[in-house]
Amino acid sequence: MGEAFSLALQLVTSGNADLYEIVGLSLRVSLSATMFACLIGLPVGAWVAISRFRGRGAVLVLMNALMGLPPVVVGLLVYLHLSRSGPLGFLGLLYTPSAMIIAQTILIAPIVAALSRQVLEDLHTEYAEQFRSLCLSRVQTITALLWDARYSLLTVGLAGFGRAVAEVGAVMIVGGNIDHLTRVMTTAIALETSKGDLALALALGLVLLVIALGVNAAVQSLRMSARRQAYV
Amino acid sequence: MSSIDTVGFAPQARLAQREANLLPLRVRGLELSCDGTPILRGLDLDLAPHGCTAIMGPNGAGKSLLLKILHGLIAPTSGRIEWGNQSPAQVTKRQALVFQKPVLLRRSVAANIDFVLKARGKPRQSRDALLDHVGLLHKARHPARRLSGGEAQRLALARALATEPEVLLLDEATASLDPASAQAIEAIVRDACASGIRVICVTHDIGQAKRLADDVVFLHGGCVAEHSPACDFFPEPQSSAARDYLNGRLVF
Ligand SMILES: Nc1ncnc2c1ncn2[C@@H]1O[C@H](COP(=O)(O)OP(=O)(O)O)[C@@H](O)[C@H]1O
Ligand SMILES: [Mg+2]
Repeated sequence: MGEAFSLALQLVTSGNADLYEIVGLSLRVSLSATMFACLIGLPVGAWVAISRFRGRGAVLVLMNALMGLPPVVVGLLVYLHLSRSGPLGFLGLLYTPSAMIIAQTILIAPIVAALSRQVLEDLHTEYAEQFRSLCLSRVQTITALLWDARYSLLTVGLAGFGRAVAEVGAVMIVGGNIDHLTRVMTTAIALETSKGDLALALALGLVLLVIALGVNAAVQSLRMSARRQAYV
Repeated sequence: MSSIDTVGFAPQARLAQREANLLPLRVRGLELSCDGTPILRGLDLDLAPHGCTAIMGPNGAGKSLLLKILHGLIAPTSGRIEWGNQSPAQVTKRQALVFQKPVLLRRSVAANIDFVLKARGKPRQSRDALLDHVGLLHKARHPARRLSGGEAQRLALARALATEPEVLLLDEATASLDPASAQAIEAIVRDACASGIRVICVTHDIGQAKRLADDVVFLHGGCVAEHSPACDFFPEPQSSAARDYLNGRLVF
C-alpha cells in the first residue's frame, strides 16, 4: 500500500504521459459539459426565477428532482439515443468524448438551473421594485441579474463541474472507457483498481483530489475579494 | 410617440413637453386595501403642473403606498389617477422614484449610472456630468455598495436623474441621513425642481418641507386631511390632525 502510494507520487511528479492524457481528457469533457450546462441552465434558471405562471410550483419540484438524476440512468438514456439503432445513431457519437459531454451536460444542467434559480430569485426580490420603476424589459432584467450574481453563479458552475468530473456511471456507459480515446479519470480509477494496479488508480485519485480542492480554493478566494467590494 | 426620448437636451423644449403631458395630476376616489385592511379610503388629490409638493403624515398613513400607486408600481383597489392626458402605461417610464433605502447594483458607482443610461438608450457621455452634479465623480470607480448612506442616496438620485424624468418621486430620501447629507440631497432636489422637474417628496422633516415644498399634502386616515400652500400649512394648519402632527402629538 505504501509502495503503491510512492509509485503514484512518482507517476504524478514525473509527468507520466498516459496519466496526463487521461487527466486532460477528463478536464476537456467536464469543462465542456459545464459550459454547455451553464448555457442551458442559467437562462432557464433566470427565466423561472423572475416569472410567475401557473404550474410554477410543479416546475420547481421537477427542477429539484432532476438535480438528483442517477448518472447510470442518464448514461443509459443517452446510450439508447446514440446507439446504432437509436434515433441519433446516424451521428456515430457513441463511444466518443462528444457522447460523454452530452451525458454530463444532461446530468448537470438541472443542477445549474435549480441552483441559479434560487440565487437569482433571492437577488430579484431585492431588485424587482427598482427594476420595475426603471421599466426594464425581461431581457434587461435577466442580464442584470446574471451579471450582479456573477460570483454566486461561479459557485453554482463549480458545483456542476464538481459533479461532472467526479461522475463515473454515465461516461462509462456512453464512453466505454477506451484507452487513449474515452478513458477519463474516474473510469480509469475504476478499471485500474479492479485490475489491481493501485499505483495508477491512486495517482489519478490524487490528481482528482487536487483539482477539486484547487478549483474550490480559487473560487473561494475570488468570492472573498468580491465580498470585500460588496459585490456578493 | 410622445416620450422624452424624442426630445433633445434643451431644457425649454422638455419643459413644454412636460406641461402638455404628465401634469396636472388628478386623483379621484383612490382606495387601496392590503390583505383586506383598507389603507387608502377614497383619496382625492390635485397637483399643479409645477413645483415641489411635500407629502406628510404619520408612519403607516400610506405615504409610500401612495407614491408607488402614483408611479404605477401598485394597482389601486379602485379609483382614478390621471397624469395629464397620459395613458397609465406610459407614466412609470417618464417618472423616477427614489426609495427610502436605495437599491444599488453590485457594481461600481459609474456602472450603476451606465446601466440606466444604456437601458434607456441615452448617451453614456452624460454620466460624468451626473456624478459631478451629485458630488460623486471622485468615487466613480468605487463599489456602489460600499458608499455611505448619504453617498448611496446621492447615487440613487443621480440614477433617477439619468432617466431624465418629468416627475421625481422621493420616499423619505433623507430619513436616515445626518443633517449635512440631508442638505446635500436637498440641494440636488432643489436644482431638479428649478430645472422644471415636478417633485413630489414624502418627508417627516418639517424643516426640510419648509425649505423645499411649495405645497403640503397631509395624509391621515387614508384620506388627504389637508392640502395647503406650505406658507399657510406650517404657521396655521387647518385640520386638527395636522396640528397634532406638527406638535408631535399625533400617532397613527
Ligand atoms: N405589501 C403590504 N401588504 C400589507 N400591508 C402593507 C403592505 N405595505 C404596506 N402595508 C401597510 O400599509 C400601511 C401603510 O404603509 P406605508 O405606505 O408604508 O406607510 P408610510 O406612510 O409610513 O409610508 C402600513 O400599515 C403597512 O403596514
Ligand atoms: Mg414609508
